[in-house]
Amino acid sequence: MNSPDSSLPRGAPALTNGPGEAAILSAAVGCFALAVLAILGDQSALIKRALVFYTPTGPLSGVTTGAILVWLFTWAILNWRWRKKTVAAGRINAAALLLLALSFLLTFPPIGDLF
Amino acid sequence: MEITERALWTLIHGMGFGALYLLACSGGLVGLYQLTASPAPESTPSRERFVRTYLLIMVMLAWASVLIGTYVVYPWYRAAPPPGTTDLSMFPQRLLMSSPATIGWHSLGMEWKEHVAWFVPISITMVAFVFIRYGRHLGNHRQLRAAVLVFAAASFVAAGVAGFFGAMINKYAPVQGGHTVQLIRGEAK
Repeated sequence: MNSPDSSLPRGAPALTNGPGEAAILSAAVGCFALAVLAILGDQSALIKRALVFYTPTGPLSGVTTGAILVWLFTWAILNWRWRKKTVAAGRINAAALLLLALSFLLTFPPIGDLF
Repeated sequence: MEITERALWTLIHGMGFGALYLLACSGGLVGLYQLTASPAPESTPSRERFVRTYLLIMVMLAWASVLIGTYVVYPWYRAAPPPGTTDLSMFPQRLLMSSPATIGWHSLGMEWKEHVAWFVPISITMVAFVFIRYGRHLGNHRQLRAAVLVFAAASFVAAGVAGFFGAMINKYAPVQGGHTVQLIRGEAK
């Protein structure tokens, strides 16, 4: 994780990519968590009931609140760990984009309903 | 010219914050792309400040739209009718589900929209944070910049999906009811 960002040109300001990559990966994790919570809520009546944080909105309130909490918690942890580091941007971005693509696919009902 | 309270909130959610966000997306993407290009001849502190403010407004629009959509409009959409109700016009979800011709607008449209819309504030908040943190120096981190642009574009796609289905659902089963708000007093000509 400490390999330097190869895209950083000579003479560039000493801003590490860690905080930026922490924000990107945690955003992707948050989106993925939302998709997973939505599927879990559809699959189990018990989880569905547990996700009702605000009755008029139903399980969507728990799905979205849960995802936001996962996103912010992941962001806080990653930012704390990577705040002064230069991390492997290529691998982290690939993981983040994969999670984002999966999030779009899993929330698409014909695919999400397969689980 | 009148509008019901629920229709007004739906308008604020979709045509107000949601549509403004979609309109802002292309400008945000172009501004972000140009200002962080390496080398970026157009990068000046004032332009950087402008893009920063622009992105923060996008963040506010995105959060306002999803929060009003989820916690104000959606409860009216999914309200369950009392047993024996035959007129479902006040219960949009049940109205859509009552016909094979419209059920897809709920089972695919709303089911996707209600979740995918939340990718928008998450993504654009991240984009704004990264831009505020790195500014024009984002151009020095090509991989970081590329990922930020992809997420900004993804927020545009997610907002487009949510906006399209929101408009179509409201066409077939509008959210209505509540107090009537008089916008303008019309006159016969």
